[in-house]
Amino acid sequence: MSAIINISSLKKDYYIGEVTVHALRGIDLQISAGEFVAIMGASGSGKSTMLNIIGCLDKPTSGTYYLDGINVAEMSKNERAAIRNRKIGFVFQAYNLLSRTSALENVELPLMYNPGIKAKERKERALAALEAVGLQERMDHMPNQLSGGQQQRVAIARSLVNDPVVILADEATGNLDTRTSYEIMALLQELNEKGKTIVFVTHEPDIARCGTRNIVFRDGHLIRQEEVSNRLIATETLKALPVEED
Amino acid sequence: MKLGNLFKVAMNALRRNKMRSFLTMLGIIIGVASVITMLAIGQGSKKSIEAQIASMGSNMLFVIPGSMRMGGVQQGTSGSQRLTVADVNAIRTGCDAIIAVSPEVRAGGQAVYSRSNWPTTIYGGNEKYLEIKSWAIVSGRNFTAEEAKGSAKVCLIGRTVADELFGEGTDPTGEMVRFKNIPFRIIGLLKEKGQNSFGQDQDDVLIAPYTTVQKRILAQTYIQSIQMSAKSAEASALAQQQVEAVLRRTHKLRENENNDFEIRSQEELATTMTSVTDILTILLGAIAGISLLVGGIGIMNIMYVSVTERTREIGLRMSIGGRGADILMQFLIESIMLSVFGGLIGILLGFAASKVVGALTSWPITVMWSSVILSFAVCTVIGVFFGWYPARRASELDPIDALRYE
Repeated sequence: MSAIINISSLKKDYYIGEVTVHALRGIDLQISAGEFVAIMGASGSGKSTMLNIIGCLDKPTSGTYYLDGINVAEMSKNERAAIRNRKIGFVFQAYNLLSRTSALENVELPLMYNPGIKAKERKERALAALEAVGLQERMDHMPNQLSGGQQQRVAIARSLVNDPVVILADEATGNLDTRTSYEIMALLQELNEKGKTIVFVTHEPDIARCGTRNIVFRDGHLIRQEEVSNRLIATETLKALPVEED
Repeated sequence: MKLGNLFKVAMNALRRNKMRSFLTMLGIIIGVASVITMLAIGQGSKKSIEAQIASMGSNMLFVIPGSMRMGGVQQGTSGSQRLTVADVNAIRTGCDAIIAVSPEVRAGGQAVYSRSNWPTTIYGGNEKYLEIKSWAIVSGRNFTAEEAKGSAKVCLIGRTVADELFGEGTDPTGEMVRFKNIPFRIIGLLKEKGQNSFGQDQDDVLIAPYTTVQKRILAQTYIQSIQMSAKSAEASALAQQQVEAVLRRTHKLRENENNDFEIRSQEELATTMTSVTDILTILLGAIAGISLLVGGIGIMNIMYVSVTERTREIGLRMSIGGRGADILMQFLIESIMLSVFGGLIGILLGFAASKVVGALTSWPITVMWSSVILSFAVCTVIGVFFGWYPARRASELDPIDALRYE
């Protein structure tokens, strides 16, 4: 399969006062379409920096980065904003839904920044995305009327709505309990089955085992990457979890 | 993002914080309402003074005796006997910018009717006097040229004198009134003028032929002043020059001698009086303007708070493709909406307040359209100006930091 993400000898330095922090010290990484990649590593290992660069939120200091065949390493701020809008979907740990804004409007949001999409198409696509995460009945609910898991599903719908080449999830299950975490992972696996490329950052080895490939960062180096042999199927794990009594 | 969507987003943001939006707008509302009301009050008082001055006469000019030297001593003006009926005739024939001229003599004294008496002033003029001084007659008639020349014992009576001598609201035309023991037949009742701008009761008068006042009451040959009407307000200055030339000739003044008379015009008086109200208007407007400025600073303050509070929202919007310009516009439109909505409500409130003040003071208060347009324009500018810096700050946030902001 073709590489959606092609990174070579990528470095990222931060300058804090006179001190230079080498966050990434030469990374080579290829991610193909349809992969489900988990990035792991301790705090300060560079995994968040990596995700920010993959997500075009940040610019590498040196090295090349091709996203879907486009060289994004040299792009200006506005060009990167456009790339994020068209090619990337983000899922955050804290959901980052707009408060007092309905689920549907939250999902519509990325399309608002695409002037080519009319209001009617925007609504149709947002509805389809909500349906894909199983929340079409809750489209008029405000975030505070939804549970944490439901909010994260809305956020996933938002990341799907622009039909991105890759979905980036940053500790997407970090705020959720175990059961809900696996529900979210089951949803991501389902999306991956349908062909979505997903890259996610996590602390938890069990959650990482839901992916097809694991990448481990330490001190700015990519120290290990391996195909997951005994992959967790989240739906099955869910069945094995003890049913909590309410 | 499209402009229509930006408006929708801004509208939703304002609706989410109704109370705060309203309080922020309140600063602008009060500012705009006070600017409009203050300017309307200033304009109203100016109009009311202009109306009072207009009631004094029509394009009126008058000559009063001036100070002059007598054997090296500068004399006061009140005792001067320099103005005569001959001057009046010279002006009538010699000044084409003057359409009516009358001598004026006046005497104070007690007016007596039956058992009532009242201290008043009798003014003497010719048949043009009423026209020059913008007096109208309610009933009866003006005295004729013959009566004016022939010292006829007839007079016109002011409303105040009529009230005091004959009772409230009565029409004493045809009655006899005695002034300094001279019996006058009342041939007409003057229309009420009210107070002049100095608070003087203009209706406390009797008006009689000047010859009668000169000969029968004062026993003098000179006159106290000359009252004139210029052809038009514009001709006032020209008339003044012509009268000066004529009087210098009739008074046989040499080149190097100063005028022994003074010419004043209603125009001058109006200018002086309205310049006072103009200053008042500027003063009131400036104070109101400051409150508008304070309202603008209120918007800026709230926009800063709003930007800080919504840092994560800004981060999110950027991460899903919002450019700096989109974020800038979003916050700018929000602040413009605050100021423009505030401005609109302020204009309505200003209209209402002006009406109330108008009703309370009975001044002819009208809201000037210029002040409405001005304050609306100022509002929009305030929205842009005070919204710019917070919006700019929002647009320059780094999406990574903004997303992580707690």
